[in-house]
Amino acid sequence: MSLNIWRKQSFFSSQAPVKRPALGLVDLAVGLGVLAFLYVVARVGAQSFVKFSPPDVIPSIGLDPRNLPNYAARSTLRMFIALAFSTVFTFVYGYAAARNRRAERLLVPLLDILQSVPVLGFLSVTVTAFIALFRGSLLGLEAASIFAIFTGQAWNMTFSFYQSLRSVPRELDEMATLYRLSKWERFTRLELPASVIGLVWNGMMSFGGGWFFLAASEAISVLNRRYTLPGLGSYVAAAIEAKDLHALAWAIFAMIAVILLIDQFFWKPLVTVANRYKLELSAGEERRFWLVELWRSASLPHYIKALVEPILRVVDRMLSAATAIPSKTNRDKPSKTGDLVYNALLFVITAGLVVTATRFVLSGVGIAEVGHAALLGMATGGRVVVLLIFSTFVWTPIGVTIGFNPRLARISQPIVQILASFPANFIFPFATLAFIKLGLSLNWGSMLLMALGAQWYLLFNVIGGAQGIPNDLREMAASIGLRRGRAWRALLGPGIFGSWVTGAITASGGAWNASIVSELVSWGNTTLKANGLGAYISEATAKGDWPRIVLGVGLMSVFVVGLNRLVWRPLYDLAGSKYQLG
Amino acid sequence: MENDRVLLSAEQVVKTFPLPAGRVQTVLEDVTLNIAQGEVVALLGRSGSGKSTLLRILAGLIRLDRGHVLVKGAFLEGPNSGVAIVFQSFALLPWLTVQENAELGLFARGVSKEICEKEALLALGMVGLEGFEGAYPKELSGGMRQRVGFARAFVMKPDVLMMDEPFSALDVLTAENLRGEISDLWERGAFPAKSILVVTHNIEEAVLLADRIVVLGANPGCIRGEVKVDIPRPRDKKASRFVALMDYIYTVMTNPQAAVGELPAAKPSARFPALPHARVGGISGLLEIVHDRGGREDLPKLADSLRLEVDDLLPAVDASALLGFAEVAHGDVIITQAGKEFATAGVHRSHEIFAEQLLKRVPFAITVTEAIRQKTDGRIGKAFLLDILDEHFSESEAERQFETLVDWGRYAHLFEYDADEERLYRVEEEEQSDIKG
Repeated sequence: MSLNIWRKQSFFSSQAPVKRPALGLVDLAVGLGVLAFLYVVARVGAQSFVKFSPPDVIPSIGLDPRNLPNYAARSTLRMFIALAFSTVFTFVYGYAAARNRRAERLLVPLLDILQSVPVLGFLSVTVTAFIALFRGSLLGLEAASIFAIFTGQAWNMTFSFYQSLRSVPRELDEMATLYRLSKWERFTRLELPASVIGLVWNGMMSFGGGWFFLAASEAISVLNRRYTLPGLGSYVAAAIEAKDLHALAWAIFAMIAVILLIDQFFWKPLVTVANRYKLELSAGEERRFWLVELWRSASLPHYIKALVEPILRVVDRMLSAATAIPSKTNRDKPSKTGDLVYNALLFVITAGLVVTATRFVLSGVGIAEVGHAALLGMATGGRVVVLLIFSTFVWTPIGVTIGFNPRLARISQPIVQILASFPANFIFPFATLAFIKLGLSLNWGSMLLMALGAQWYLLFNVIGGAQGIPNDLREMAASIGLRRGRAWRALLGPGIFGSWVTGAITASGGAWNASIVSELVSWGNTTLKANGLGAYISEATAKGDWPRIVLGVGLMSVFVVGLNRLVWRPLYDLAGSKYQLG
Repeated sequence: MENDRVLLSAEQVVKTFPLPAGRVQTVLEDVTLNIAQGEVVALLGRSGSGKSTLLRILAGLIRLDRGHVLVKGAFLEGPNSGVAIVFQSFALLPWLTVQENAELGLFARGVSKEICEKEALLALGMVGLEGFEGAYPKELSGGMRQRVGFARAFVMKPDVLMMDEPFSALDVLTAENLRGEISDLWERGAFPAKSILVVTHNIEEAVLLADRIVVLGANPGCIRGEVKVDIPRPRDKKASRFVALMDYIYTVMTNPQAAVGELPAAKPSARFPALPHARVGGISGLLEIVHDRGGREDLPKLADSLRLEVDDLLPAVDASALLGFAEVAHGDVIITQAGKEFATAGVHRSHEIFAEQLLKRVPFAITVTEAIRQKTDGRIGKAFLLDILDEHFSESEAERQFETLVDWGRYAHLFEYDADEERLYRVEEEEQSDIKG
């Protein structure tokens, strides 16, 4: 038996071999495209190693629009590095949670909390830590920014992967066990393909959300110091300081261009490819996409594949051999005392952390401050509620109209998706300017700012929900003369309820996070401030007031997690049990 | 004489699953089973008899609580490498081609590519899939997908080939066709396994394929006995011996307390005998058909003419028997006087007849109706009844028992049920007279 011979196809290369013509024009395009891409990445990446010794030497931002391509490239590179880290984290964390019973008990609730925690509140901690780690180089700031984006992307992707692993059909799992697929084979043949669709969709959504964190993390005042990292986000920050509306408009234009390019050249092809890994066996029409077609019709990738494949085969066989399942698996019953000790240990550690944090806060600021911050938290919470109600009233009818009209849906869905990934903080300066001109208090205005980013999740979930209402039911409603109020109460409301809840959960999480940058905004030297927990955290972060940072972030986490448990989880369950269509 | 040729055996196997609140449900109770070289064994039982669990225990996929599994005399630990399974849902990987799916088990053993390919093509040829090596499962029909499932098992050349309801996801004609081909392969001696273990709820399938039918009882799963099928192959479904054996097994299956083979009858245990999960519509439909055909009909024939499996009819048949609308003897359903009246009555009268029979013959219905009558507010909570049922049934079964009771009680106008408040309540007098009037 020779071990170095591989099967013909795998997850990496699932195309049937076809006769290839000689190299052609298509290959020239593909080859040049790939080379140009590699050149840009190398060029942009090298700038990260620039010498940097704050506070004397800080990279400056030039507001000339001709700098924008460079800044955009650097921001994009950060986003993709963060995505790569998120993916690796997803595999490791998700796999551990799904495969190890004890790890699962710790990792899943932890992930749930991480998902709800206001990531922006931690920027102060991470920026300080990373700068200390990479002294004298811009890498520290880069790492801090990348880490901020990572924290905005990773949790969703991990949850999706974990859930895909847990929902692999039982008989497929048994088949893999019975035929003793090695861990590597199980991962590449069963688990990765089974989870790739969810992973790509969640990655795309999280990536869109990541721009917001990028914009917030490139220019930041932490511990009484200003840190600037060249990029689109810091360009906007500089434009705000200089009150330069032209530069802002250019930045928005650049941002849209970048989002569209990444959508066309990265996510669309990925989604097209991922769709081949559907678990259902029903034959559906295959999605086509121009870039994927171009790649397939070119010969160059196939020649390269032919070169690389034998190496991959050897690697595949080696990894299989290294992760083989022993012929006699030891399957001792899980010990009850072991579980008990483990649970007790988890409890003690958790309790210890909570006590330490509480003592730190109380000794630093006193109990009165906690009450004050809690009140501010309620103010922010009130804003989130009002925002949700308003967005619901505005966007639900629009979403349903779009959802019921297939042509309209086809046109508007990509637009809504772009709007959702567009970082709302790019629009903030215009809104701020308007508030100053109109003399509107940020106590009200911040709601609008928070809504700018959050509302889109409601809209596209409602569109999806409306599309999911069966045509039969709509015809029934029309034929028995259900109109307006009655139709909403009997059919439309219940029909989109589940999607609405999903959208509202995301929107509310996004709004809480956005409050940190929405309740304290500035234009030039004018600063507007709202009374709320978000502004409280921002101020504490800028001043480096540790007890208040811990208190603010801790309280916000408690608010978000509490609302999830008390309001959203029950609504979600209700949607799943009572308002399930089909 | 067979002892030295036993390939696989289960000895006094007990399997339980944990239920919430620290209780356990026993799925298999003291099960002992041998599979010898060269035989086809069918595990036949209704849902809840643990037949699929037993198959997975023998394949080493499920840990057992007590007893042990022996493979050629040695204790089994971990997945059984002498076994291949054909799954009910096919369990194919949609992103691999037919050939890649077929050779997956060999590939995982580290067998070289050439041999994998050769063996896979050979097996695909056996199941009539030449020329489909490069296709993806989603391009195939259900029957062809299961052929890939068989090819993947054949490639392993297992000692025991296990089939878990292999044809039940296919339509009737396709299932018939594939079943015939598999049985042909076995009869020709070309089968790439030494023995077969097939799990099924389809009686005809068991009689057609097996040398030995092991009948399982439910709640908890246990072996009720076994029936030798010494009908020469190839078997003719219309032959009188075949028909007689089918009838005998139907009788056994429709009488959970009857003896199988030489075994004595098990005692009826529950104070509340389980309600068969049949809707009133199904019961009256069955009775009307039997009445139309002269009041007596052979079950297999009835199922055949309705293009159903006998198993699909059993709940309605059992329910009719429980309510005194019909009797079952030698695989025939015979309508009773009450059944005749029920089948021919008008809408209002049929509600009344149903209520009478329900109150005469179903203890649990009597208990519930009495309890509602005695309560001053005429209401009784679902949770209360589930607590009672939980003592006799598993949680999900208790839930189903409750659903059936509600369906029957509503039809009989004995009580109404409010699903939002989860309460049963009394049907008010005027409503009742309204309905009768």
